[in-house]
Amino acid sequence: MSGATSISYDDVVAWINAFAASVRAQKDYLTALDSAIGDADHGINMDRGMQAVIARLPGLPARDIGAAFKSVGMTLVSTVGGASGPLYGTFFLQFGMATVGRDSIGIDDVTEALDAAVAGIQRLGKAAAGDKTMLDALLPARDALHAAAQSGVPLEEAFARTVEAAEQGMVATTPLVARKGRASYLGERSAGHQDPGATSSYLLLKAAADTWFGPVGGGEPAG
Amino acid sequence: MKKLINAPETAVDEELAGMVAAHGDLIRVIEPNVVVRVDAPRQGKVGVISGGGSGHEPMHGGYVGMGMLDAACPGAVFTSPVPDQMLAATAAVNGGAGVLHIIKNYTGDIMNFELAAEMARAEGIEVSSVVIADDVAVKDSLYTAGRRGVGGTVLAEKIVGAAAEAGADLATVTALCQKVQDNVRSMGMALTSCTVPAAGKPTFELGEDEMEIGIGIHGEPGRTRMKLATADEITEMLALPILDDLPFKRGDSVLAFVNGMGGTPLMELYIVFNKLAQILKGRSVTIGRSFVGNWITSLEMAGCSITLLRLDDELTRLWDAPVKTPALRWGI
Repeated sequence: MSGATSISYDDVVAWINAFAASVRAQKDYLTALDSAIGDADHGINMDRGMQAVIARLPGLPARDIGAAFKSVGMTLVSTVGGASGPLYGTFFLQFGMATVGRDSIGIDDVTEALDAAVAGIQRLGKAAAGDKTMLDALLPARDALHAAAQSGVPLEEAFARTVEAAEQGMVATTPLVARKGRASYLGERSAGHQDPGATSSYLLLKAAADTWFGPVGGGEPAG
Repeated sequence: MKKLINAPETAVDEELAGMVAAHGDLIRVIEPNVVVRVDAPRQGKVGVISGGGSGHEPMHGGYVGMGMLDAACPGAVFTSPVPDQMLAATAAVNGGAGVLHIIKNYTGDIMNFELAAEMARAEGIEVSSVVIADDVAVKDSLYTAGRRGVGGTVLAEKIVGAAAEAGADLATVTALCQKVQDNVRSMGMALTSCTVPAAGKPTFELGEDEMEIGIGIHGEPGRTRMKLATADEITEMLALPILDDLPFKRGDSVLAFVNGMGGTPLMELYIVFNKLAQILKGRSVTIGRSFVGNWITSLEMAGCSITLLRLDDELTRLWDAPVKTPALRWGI
């Protein structure tokens, strides 16, 4: 859909499916990242949740983008557990509330929805930039999308910049000392490892861009 | 991976089915995976529930029964349960007097319990919660996730459960749980890692001559890795930070709890207890009650934790009160 100016319901479903496939492909990698500084379950839990999500997607009644995102959020809250369940659940619930009743969305809608989704995660997780969490990928991505939307670049270019910012944010978590989540218990020992939550957040945004416009950026989540 | 399982995906479900098969006189399991006291709800009694990842057995499911928990919510291995479970548990044990949620301080547990509490309140059930955060290995700070909830949780569940059984109201039971939290401190260490069934390999590698000090209960690495020391030296490394943190003072009476992480024989736990008793004597701290065994574990991890709870007459009486659960039973 190169050159497209809007994202359809089918594009959204394709994004969710692509994220589920990406999580499954990177399940062991995400779990390995979590073994180093957490409790070795991030890939396993996200995969369980996303498999439940895609099982429910075809049964949704109307072609309502907001309702689809809300279903994704509710399913993740009910199936993932840990901090990832409520955090990713909130991301999709907020994204859904910002797009309710719509069968297609443009760059301004996506920008607004991503704002709401990231704000929801900030409220729930009470984390800040540099705490070595998923926000370290999401905050720069949100800012990059804002800047791109304001400068009027095409959707494809805007997403390429968003994913690039997420990737840089993800890679930049490696030297950080964690201040939130289980990695914080390690203190200084948490430095030197890439954050698993920032990595799955990068995969989420990359799945959108790859699905809609073809593969972008550096590719591998290891950065 | 060498485990006595059929498949990682079915391990928790089959464990729960086995618990019901063994202890059907005390517990039942309701959807979505909640262990409930067989006679719940009891009218007029405050319900006490807890929950957390699986892999810490006998906590929490083994502590459901008379005089302790009314329900427990087991998540996937080392993963906090989902709000649907705590909501179902809260509804199942609500006898009209409200429900206390005992939560171990982990980011995920807090979020999922908070969501469940909001949903339960929306259904008209009075819910209060207390967060257990007793691990002195973790520095407490406004800017971090704070201390982990570890061994103190078991003591809180026993003491609070006894008060609820005796008819205390929700405010009293909640204040009592906070009192336990305010007077309990713990620290743990690991001789080996452990293997999450779905991950298939140990969470970390530890050399034959190495140990991790300051671990939690999720197979995660600790605060520092050190050369292996003697049981006496290790006991000092754990006991002294605990004693200095509260601090426990001359003349205090404590419940001394030496806990195995799942893969350490009782023989070694008593060797640790022996040294702990000497340390406490040296500080003129009296052992009012003792508790030794594998009570809050980290799968097959070898290692131990020490928990000290400062006792008074009320806490001692409630600790001694009758309890009848799959894992703990006395006074009946």
